[in-house]
Amino acid sequence: MFSYTFHWRAAFQALPQMLAGAVVTLEIAVLSMIIGIVCGIFLALASGSHSKILRGAAAVWIETARNTPALLQIYMAYFGLGSLGIHINSFAALLAGIAFNNAGYLAETFRGGLRGVPETQARAARSLGMTAPQAFRIIVLPQMMRIVFYPLTNQMVWAVLMTSLGVIVGLDNDLTGVTQNLNVLTFRTFEFFTIAAGFYYVIAKIITLSARALGWRLFRY
Amino acid sequence: MIEIQDIHKSFGSLEVLKGVSLNVEKGEVVSVIGGSGSGKSTMLMCINGLEKIQRGRILVDGTDVHARNTDLNKLRRKIGIVFQQWNAFPHLTVLENVMLAPRKVLGRSRQDAEAVAVQRLTDVGLAEKLKVYPSKLSGGQQQRMAIARALAMEPDYMLFDEVTSALDPQLVGEVLDTLRMLSSKGMTMIVVTHEIAFAREVSDRVAFFHQGRIHEIGSPEHVIGNPQQPETIAFLKSVL
Amino acid sequence: MFSTSMSWHDLGFVLQGAGVTLAVTFWAILLGTVLGMLFGLIRAVSPWWIAAPLGVVLDVPRSVPLLIQLVIINSFKSIIGVNASPFVVSCVVLGIYASAYCSEIVRGGILAVPTTTRRAARSLGMTYWQDLKEIVFPMALRVMLPSWIGLTLGVMKDTALVLWIGIIELLRASQIIVTRIQEPLFVLTVAGLIYFAMSFPIARLGAWLEKRWQEND
Repeated sequence: MFSYTFHWRAAFQALPQMLAGAVVTLEIAVLSMIIGIVCGIFLALASGSHSKILRGAAAVWIETARNTPALLQIYMAYFGLGSLGIHINSFAALLAGIAFNNAGYLAETFRGGLRGVPETQARAARSLGMTAPQAFRIIVLPQMMRIVFYPLTNQMVWAVLMTSLGVIVGLDNDLTGVTQNLNVLTFRTFEFFTIAAGFYYVIAKIITLSARALGWRLFRY
Repeated sequence: MIEIQDIHKSFGSLEVLKGVSLNVEKGEVVSVIGGSGSGKSTMLMCINGLEKIQRGRILVDGTDVHARNTDLNKLRRKIGIVFQQWNAFPHLTVLENVMLAPRKVLGRSRQDAEAVAVQRLTDVGLAEKLKVYPSKLSGGQQQRMAIARALAMEPDYMLFDEVTSALDPQLVGEVLDTLRMLSSKGMTMIVVTHEIAFAREVSDRVAFFHQGRIHEIGSPEHVIGNPQQPETIAFLKSVL
Repeated sequence: MFSTSMSWHDLGFVLQGAGVTLAVTFWAILLGTVLGMLFGLIRAVSPWWIAAPLGVVLDVPRSVPLLIQLVIINSFKSIIGVNASPFVVSCVVLGIYASAYCSEIVRGGILAVPTTTRRAARSLGMTYWQDLKEIVFPMALRVMLPSWIGLTLGVMKDTALVLWIGIIELLRASQIIVTRIQEPLFVLTVAGLIYFAMSFPIARLGAWLEKRWQEND
């Protein structure tokens, strides 16, 4: 059939290295989500504010994040910021690019979450004598959390998958970076990248399944 | 007592209340009837300050509801309100729904709040449903829970805003029974309702709203049994 | 005054790259839609022991980075000795990737048609296939189209990754210009605007369609 011999044994010996890469991958994804959530909340609030400047700035961020490739956003951080005299390494550029992208998508999620809780809920809470902050914290926020929970976990999976783009700007210690190093040394492209694919798949599944379990516990209504 | 003095209220250019005055004494049950859009519900929202008014005054036990220095959150503790859409808090169990405000607003301990909540839920016939989420309840049950939730604040006044309008016909009775129970205990109530027979049965006085004004007011025998105004007669004819 | 050493010739080069981006998008979406419709239909109407495994398989392209998929298929191609250009590999990988998402859209659209509507159709004497063709597909299409437009835009952005296996599309073309004239911020902004110009009108159209159809329901 074909003359290629698979060398899985050599590839499996690299598992510990790749596992270390997977940890870096998760680190970047988690950090990018934390930054993305904070920025996303501010963007959602800004796009609902009365100030034209705030609304405009939020719109530019959100539309850029959603309508251009994530890789372009990472390039912007890696090459583009250099024009402004800000030089950052590939780790920071990847993190900034993904966080920027996350924030744009999450802003829309949060906007939907705010809209998704009927105004009558806050009204009912106020009629019981709660203050506006109490009504938001105890009544509106928990319901909003339920609406944004699954989009949030989806974005987390996206963030993990996007970290693979780091290799294009020279990141070498995340899962894809490590895999690429091994590939360059051994030319066992198929074997190494298939194992890497397995890692990513497992990470993605762990995130979705644990989120589902958590969701069952948190939102029983 | 609740004193409503010549209140006016507009939404944009639409004037909903055009000078309404009404005094409700302690222990009195006043039913408010009238066509939709006549301003009945808006008046209730104004009484506990959920809506602002443009002119006039509302005094609750002598406190001006819309005065700048009035602590509305404090005032709302003694005015319970139940809405047409019951507005159950979907993320909390029935018991938690009822315990919430006593704990967060009145600062009661968990035990105290729970004891009161269980008592109120028993009163409205929901003792079996404490640990259930509202989505598992029927409309009538959710509405009774909303009544228990308001009662748990131990209010001096209860406002009911068409509490049976969104219910299936066979569920109306159980909610009206709860209201009957309250009136028999001497609760001061303003009941906006489409249930004319019920209004006649429980009310001390009935007010007929028409185009933003109280068109006719008096005893049930008078307003429902023997109305004088042609608008009242026409309205009663259309709903009976 | 702003000045740049980016020439019209350079811009032409970048636009050529944009042409490649559109070409890859077109073939990938074409392949993805055909396969996705087929998979989606199978998943919606077949018994669970077919639908469930197919669902698991189609979940894989969505849970593995596209870049990794490109590299794997590109190397696999050499292993089995198929002589396909990087362009063909790109279209196939992106096509399979798109089909996974498209099957989800199609399945969702079909399942969104209420059983009562389908019963009504069958009670009028329509056959199973008539019901699918006359009732289910037209109704499902309204649910599907906005998501499908979203998918097309997503694939267009994801085509940027094919630069890794040596295709000079919009982003790679821009990068080449950047390397030469050393004005990354400006050139990348131009590239971004071209992406924007290609996707924003379609995104708006999708949002508009969605809104209009929701109003009609």
